[in-house]
Amino acid sequence: MSVPLHAGTDHCAGPERGEITPALERQAEELVARYPVSKRSAVLPLLHLWQETFGYIGPRGVEWIAQKLSLQEIQVLELVTFYPWFRQRPYGKFHFRVCRTLPCALGGSGKTFAALKNLLQLKGDAQEGALVSEDGFFSLEYSECLASCGTAPVVLCNDDFHEKVDEKRAAELVSACR
Amino acid sequence: MAIREHRLVFKHIDALGYTRDIDCYLKHGGYEMLKKGFAMGGAAIREEVKKSQLRGRGGAGFPTGTKWSFIDPAKVTKPIYLICNADESEPGTFKDRQIIYKDPHQLIEGMILSCFANGVKLAYLYIRCEFTEGWKILEKALGEARSHGFLGKNILKSGYDLEIHVHRGAGAYICGEETGLIESLEGKRAYPRIKPPYFPAVLGLYMCPTIVNNVETLCNVKHIVEMGGEAYAKIGRPNNTGTRLLCVSGDVVKPGYYEFPCGALTMGELIHDVCGGIRNGGKLKAVIPGGSSAKVLRAGETYKIKEKGPDGNLVEKEVKLEDLRMDFDTLASAGSMAGSGGVIVMDQTRDMVECLANISTFYAHESCGQCTPCREGVLWMKKILARIAEGHGREDDPNMLKEVADRIAGRTICAFGEAASWPVQSFIGKFKEEFSLRIRRNGTAAKRDTVSLTH
Ligand SMILES: Cc1cc2nc3c(=O)[nH]c(=O)nc-3n(C[C@H](O)[C@H](O)[C@H](O)COP(=O)(O)O)c2cc1C
Ligand code: SF4
Ligand code: FES
Repeated sequence: MSVPLHAGTDHCAGPERGEITPALERQAEELVARYPVSKRSAVLPLLHLWQETFGYIGPRGVEWIAQKLSLQEIQVLELVTFYPWFRQRPYGKFHFRVCRTLPCALGGSGKTFAALKNLLQLKGDAQEGALVSEDGFFSLEYSECLASCGTAPVVLCNDDFHEKVDEKRAAELVSACR
Repeated sequence: MAIREHRLVFKHIDALGYTRDIDCYLKHGGYEMLKKGFAMGGAAIREEVKKSQLRGRGGAGFPTGTKWSFIDPAKVTKPIYLICNADESEPGTFKDRQIIYKDPHQLIEGMILSCFANGVKLAYLYIRCEFTEGWKILEKALGEARSHGFLGKNILKSGYDLEIHVHRGAGAYICGEETGLIESLEGKRAYPRIKPPYFPAVLGLYMCPTIVNNVETLCNVKHIVEMGGEAYAKIGRPNNTGTRLLCVSGDVVKPGYYEFPCGALTMGELIHDVCGGIRNGGKLKAVIPGGSSAKVLRAGETYKIKEKGPDGNLVEKEVKLEDLRMDFDTLASAGSMAGSGGVIVMDQTRDMVECLANISTFYAHESCGQCTPCREGVLWMKKILARIAEGHGREDDPNMLKEVADRIAGRTICAFGEAASWPVQSFIGKFKEEFSLRIRRNGTAAKRDTVSLTH
């Protein structure tokens, strides 16, 4: 059995209306097979799969997953709203998560966040959730401890992990994306 | 003074030329202990783990041998499950990450041995989803183990079958709590279960007996099989055996991860000798010794510690913060805990109001919302702390904070309630004057460094 690896963040800005390919169906089947006792256990893996493929989880994703696992749609949706990783609207092609928890804050992550917000020209209150640029290219949000506190401040850009991101490093990251 | 690390679990971490693929692992004697363990038999492995006095490395420090003994594979008729807790999300902790990213096969070997010892045929490795690369590394490593015949049917022709799958979390801290984790693995919201009756050993995953162990704990099982429980118990100190991975972050010159025999060094040695002291030539003000849930310790404090003397009797000693041994029992008798091994250091420039406000923001964000005292209380604490930090504090706020915290701890379904209350109780208790001062200076104080700590 081949192992499905599907962290394809290149597609993260894709519209939810994209095509459900046979390859995607196959990946889903493989994931469901990992839970021989209860198909329901596959909800999180399928939500990850959907979000990585289509960028976010809208009504279509919820319906597809519910149908696959013989669940009520609410049993899927209630996970989307509970788990902070899942989103119900598209984020930017490059999504930044800045750790705000104490060790990173002691290391200056507040400044890193402010620098990114400024560089990406994002407006609004980050307390309310992720900020997305108008062209949909960038987005930014706070994250809780990312388990790398010894190299604070820590930033995730899509799936890539960056350590010791001060204001200078933040600017470099942004220009690398452009 | 140079204090030598004792690297057991971290033996190959960051070693020159060591890679995470199975060939490298096999070259370094990998999976040999699997053969040894299979020859010993499950009951013998469980016996060695008991003798080793290994205590869980996930936070609570519960003896692993005892946890395993709640389940008797010979008597249980339902399937038994094992889950590796790789959720690593206690702020200040980053040890499991090193193992997953740099030596995944050590974890897998420890896990297979633990599964074999407890008659487990299906196990899951619950990893936080932010470890995206770590997840891919584990998938690959499990694939390698499978193709070498260490997983699957009839492993090493022993007749023993085992399958291990990785399961990714989705960004919620509460998934680290073992019953929340189990709910999450069942495809539900991670609402922790009430105990009794839902002890994992009785009604765990799919209502079957389940063992949940931390990454570091499971790695240690491999070393116990290798050296035997008695020899393992000689490392460290009585009741605090083996080595401990310590993660140091915050205001030190050399933050990082280290491995020492449990209790072999003191807080002062860790901060000043191992980590090069406080950065920028500063002075120590406070330290959280076991992940952000642990109670804060204040520089200059002394503690009354009960320790077994040479004659076996308990003697009480007065010990300074710097002289506290970094082990379970000492930190517990100092009123805090060794927890997850995450040591967060703060220097004299740090504002305790802001530090606590930051910590409380974390807990307010992460409460699962099931129990009223926790759901409402953590939000109250966050809001009160934010208003003090922003310069709108009220005179009675410190008392109110303490009262709210006191009313959460002990009245909730899971230990998150305590985890969220302990920081508040200890910061307010130990730095009360700083809170009062901030409130008296309202307005002017708020102009300080609020951006960097309280978002
Ligand atoms: C709120 C909360 C969060 C926790 N987070 C973790 C975690 O991230 N990783 C972990 O191994 N244990 C965590 N634990 C402890 C687990 O519930 C459990 O005790 C542990 O995984 C058992 O493994 P051990 O006996 O090997 O320590 C947490 C506990 C609580 C109450
Ligand atoms: S104590 Fe808090 S986190 Fe734990 S179950 Fe209750 S509400 Fe949830
Ligand atoms: S606090 Fe940022 S990684 Fe832990």
